[in-house]
Amino acid sequence: MAENGHKEHPKYMNIFYWLAALTAIEVAVAIPEYATVLKAILLIGLACGKAILVANYFMHLKFEKRTLAIIVLTPFIICVFLVIMLMPDLTLDARLDGIEKPAAEVVDTSSH
Amino acid sequence: MEHATTLDHTEDVYEPSLTPDSLGKLGMWIFLVGDTMSFGALLAAYAALRAGAGIVGWVPPDEILGINLTAAMTFLLICSSVTMVKALESIQNGNVSRMCLFLGLTIAGGIIFLGLQAYEWTHLIKHGLTLTGIPEHGLKSATISGSTLFGPTFYAITGFHGLHVTGGVIYLIVILIHGLRGRYTAEFNHEVEIVGLYWHFVDLIWIMVFTFIYLL
Repeated sequence: MAENGHKEHPKYMNIFYWLAALTAIEVAVAIPEYATVLKAILLIGLACGKAILVANYFMHLKFEKRTLAIIVLTPFIICVFLVIMLMPDLTLDARLDGIEKPAAEVVDTSSH
Repeated sequence: MEHATTLDHTEDVYEPSLTPDSLGKLGMWIFLVGDTMSFGALLAAYAALRAGAGIVGWVPPDEILGINLTAAMTFLLICSSVTMVKALESIQNGNVSRMCLFLGLTIAGGIIFLGLQAYEWTHLIKHGLTLTGIPEHGLKSATISGSTLFGPTFYAITGFHGLHVTGGVIYLIVILIHGLRGRYTAEFNHEVEIVGLYWHFVDLIWIMVFTFIYLL
């Protein structure tokens, strides 16, 4: 039995404990109110850690060819790029709105 | 037996260099890469819309969405991923009945997840989170205001994930039926591994959805 093909089974229960612990930490990190940027960095970091654990051990990516792992990583990079590409379009508008609108109102009230 | 040998032979002839043990596995990975793009686009759109609305223009998710239930749902999906790897491990050791037991548990996990999601959605709709509006009262503040895009983005992303879970449950049931009929052995079990890939992917996506939609 042992010699046929699948020799090393990762210790799945250890991965499970890690995932459960990381989920608990995530919730603990998310509930209190503090700096949004710090919270975002912590939460995204934890989520990526969990995703890597699932992909590497449950999906056996760690034991596949390296090229496959690189292919699998591509869409994640493209998605980050997509967010960066979309961001200026939307946030710049919002910022300009924030700056211009009060100014326009001030002009309006003074002219009337 | 003869059936399995024929399939093994086919796989020898068309041996993919990326996943030498199975051609189907490569197919599933390619599908998952494409599917990642779908979810990625949805999440990127969510991120961009939320950033565009600004801090005051978007209701903090914890004013509308309860975290406790979804944390339990996350835990449930992680558990079902563990039962899935246990099912694969069992059949690789040649234990068919143990594989069927663990596949059954995985299916149960998926169905309970869908039930909880249905419960959550019903609850949210009753409280006023619809495709065109947000609730008047938050979980923490008396009144809340913000972009009405909260609803459509929330339902689109969690709904798309829920559809994946539904598809996964059906897929798992098909594999379970095959398993009960004795299709899989210690030598022939790639199909179980491939359904596992899909199921873990659904779990992985939920980890991301949970973080981006509920926690952030």
